[in-house]
Amino acid sequence: MSESFISIRDLHFSRGKRQIFSGVSLDIPAGKITAIMGPSGTGKTTLLRLVGGQLKPSQGSLSVQGLQIPELNRKQLYQARKRMGMLFQSGALLTDLSVFENIAFPIREHFDFPESMIRDIVLMKLELVGLRGARGLMPAELSGGMARRVALARAIVLDPVLMMYDEPFTGLDPVTLGTIVSLIRELNESLGLTSVVVSHDIHETFSIADHVCILAEGKVAAAGSPEELLNSDSAFVQQFVQGKPDGPMPFHYPAPDFSQDLMQGADSQC
Amino acid sequence: MLDTLQRIGAFTLDTLSSLGRASLFLVQVIAGIKSTLLRPRLLLRELYSVGVLSLLIIIFSAIFVGMVLSLLGYVTLVDFGAESSLGVLVSLSLIRELGPVLSALLFSGRAGSALTAEIGLMKATEQLASMEMMAVDPIHRIVTPRFLAGCISLPLLSVIFMSLGIYAGYLVGSVWLGVDEGSFWSQMQSKVEFGYDVINGVIKSMVFAFVVTWIAVFQGYNAMPTSEGVSRATTNSVVYSALAVLALDFILTAIMFVK
Amino acid sequence: MGSSRKIEILVGLFVVLGLAALVVMALNISNLTSLSSDKGYTITARFDNVGGLRPRAKVTLSGVSVGRVTGISYDRETFQAVVSMRLNPDIDYLPEDTQASIYTSGLLGEQYISLEPGAEDEVLKDGSSITLTQSAVVLEEVIGKLMVSLTSKN
Repeated sequence: MSESFISIRDLHFSRGKRQIFSGVSLDIPAGKITAIMGPSGTGKTTLLRLVGGQLKPSQGSLSVQGLQIPELNRKQLYQARKRMGMLFQSGALLTDLSVFENIAFPIREHFDFPESMIRDIVLMKLELVGLRGARGLMPAELSGGMARRVALARAIVLDPVLMMYDEPFTGLDPVTLGTIVSLIRELNESLGLTSVVVSHDIHETFSIADHVCILAEGKVAAAGSPEELLNSDSAFVQQFVQGKPDGPMPFHYPAPDFSQDLMQGADSQC
Repeated sequence: MLDTLQRIGAFTLDTLSSLGRASLFLVQVIAGIKSTLLRPRLLLRELYSVGVLSLLIIIFSAIFVGMVLSLLGYVTLVDFGAESSLGVLVSLSLIRELGPVLSALLFSGRAGSALTAEIGLMKATEQLASMEMMAVDPIHRIVTPRFLAGCISLPLLSVIFMSLGIYAGYLVGSVWLGVDEGSFWSQMQSKVEFGYDVINGVIKSMVFAFVVTWIAVFQGYNAMPTSEGVSRATTNSVVYSALAVLALDFILTAIMFVK
Repeated sequence: MGSSRKIEILVGLFVVLGLAALVVMALNISNLTSLSSDKGYTITARFDNVGGLRPRAKVTLSGVSVGRVTGISYDRETFQAVVSMRLNPDIDYLPEDTQASIYTSGLLGEQYISLEPGAEDEVLKDGSSITLTQSAVVLEEVIGKLMVSLTSKN
C-alpha cells in the first residue's frame, strides 16, 4: 500500500449514550479512491464529519496529511478545510443562490478575484459536470441528479486535494448514477485527488474503489481491495457483499423471544 | 416524590445548559459583527427581509391599536369631564408600553419565526454544514447579519408604531369624537417628555429587539435537523419571545417609570 | 442587478421612515425640555409639608414652566422636607427673597411649585436656598379647620 493520506488510529466517538466508534483504525492511501462501507447506522457519515473536523472524537487520533485534525484550532481547521471538498447526500446547495452563484460562493468568500476570473472558473467547473447550460437556474428547479452534480462542481471549485463523497449513489436514476460514477473516477484521475466514498451500494462502489473498508458495530470489520473482499471467506463480508437478509448481521432489532412477546398481552407494550 | 424531584432537577439542568449554549452562541454571533459590517450588502438584504417586510403588519396594527385606545380612553375620560387628556392617555400608553411591546410581539411572529425557520431549514438541509466544509463560518455568514438586522429593525418599527398609533388616535378622538384639537395636542406636548418617555420607550424596544432576535436565531441554529425539529423550533421561538418580552417589560417598566 | 437596487431603495426608505417617526415624536408629540435638564442651576427650598409633590414636578413662574423638581428629601435637623429643583439657565434674575409655594393644578391635578419673586437686589444662584415657603394644602387639614370654625361659631 502506498503512503497513507488519512490515518486513523483507535478512534472512539459516541453520540449521547450511543457508542458509534469503539476503536476504529484505518488508513486511506493517497491518490486512490477508498470506499467506506457498512450497514446503515454504522456511522459512515459521522466518519466523514470527523475527518472534516465538524465533530471531535472522544479518544484516538485522526490525521490528514500529517495534520492532527482534532487538535487544530479554529483558524488552522478552516485553513485545512479549504483543501477538502465534500459532497453532501442532499447536495446542500444554498437555496437562495443560483447555480452559478452557488459555485462561485467559496471563491467569493475566500478570494477577492475579479468578476471575469470567477466567471471563468465557475464555467470550467460547470463544464466538467456537464451543466454549463444550467447556470442560471435556482436549486429548487434542479432534479436530484443535477443538484448533486452542481454540488460536486462546487466541492471541487477550490481545487481540493481530498474529496469526500457522502452517499453519492443513493436516490438516482440509472443514467445519472452512471454519470456520477464516471465523474468520481475521472475527477480522481484528472485532478490527482484522494477520494473517500461513503456508500452502501455494493455494485457501484466496487466498480470504482481501489480500496474498501467495511465498518460494523463501531469497528473495521474488513478491509482490502474489492476482489479480496468478494473472495473473502468471512461470513459477515459475504452477507454484506451479497446482500443476504439474515446472517451474522441480524435482520431483527434486538428483542425478546417473539412467541413470549405475543403471549404477554397488551400491558407490556413498551 | 423522588421521581418529581428528579424531574425538576433534570429540567433545571436542561434549562441551564441551553442558556449556556445560547450565551456561547451569542458570543460567536457578536464576534462576527466586524466581518458583517465590512460587507454591508449582506446586512442590507436582511434589513429588507426582516425590517421592510414587517412594515405592513406594523403599520396596520398601529393604526387599529391607536384607534381603539382613543375610543376606549374617550369613553372612560368623558365621565370625568377629562376628555381633553385623551391625547396624553393615548400617547403615553403607546410610547411607554404598547408601542415597544406590541411591535416586539408582532415582530417575533412575523420576522422572528421566519428567521428561525430559515436558519433551521438551512441546518436541516445541510447547508450550514456544507458552508463549514467550505471553510465559511455559518454563524458569521448567516446568523450575524440576521441578528444585526433584527436589532436595527425593531426599534425603527417601534417608533413608526408609536407615531402612527398616536395619529390614528388623534383622528378618532378629534375628528370623529370631537375632542378639542388644540387641547389634544397641547396637553400631550406638555405631559410627554422626549428625554424621558420617548427615550425610555426606544430603549425598551432596543432591549426587546436584542432578545427577540437572539431567541429567533438561536432556536433556528439549535433546531433538530428534521422537519419536525424545525417546526418545533419555530413555535418555541415565538412562545419564548413573547414570554421574554412580557417579563422584561415588567422589569423595565418597574425600573424606568415607577418612581 | 435590478432587484438588489430595489432592495437598497426600500431599506433606505424604511430607515428614513423610522427616523422621520422619531423626529415627529420629538417635535410634535413631546417636549424636549428635559433633554437640557443638565443645564441650569439647582436651588433648594424647605417646606413643612410637601403633600403629594413628586420629583419631576413642574416649577413655574407666573404659570410659565421654568424648571423641574429634581429631588425631595427630609432634613433631620429642622424636621422639614427639602425640595431641590433645577431652574433653566435663562432664569437667572430671581431675587433672594423669592417665595416658593406648592399648588395643585385643577381640583385633582398634580402638584407643582410656584415661585413668586421678591424685591431683594441679590439673586438666587446655584446652591442657594429659598427661605420663604408655603406648604402644600392638605385637604383633610382644611376640612378639619373649617369644621372647627363652623362648630365654634354656633
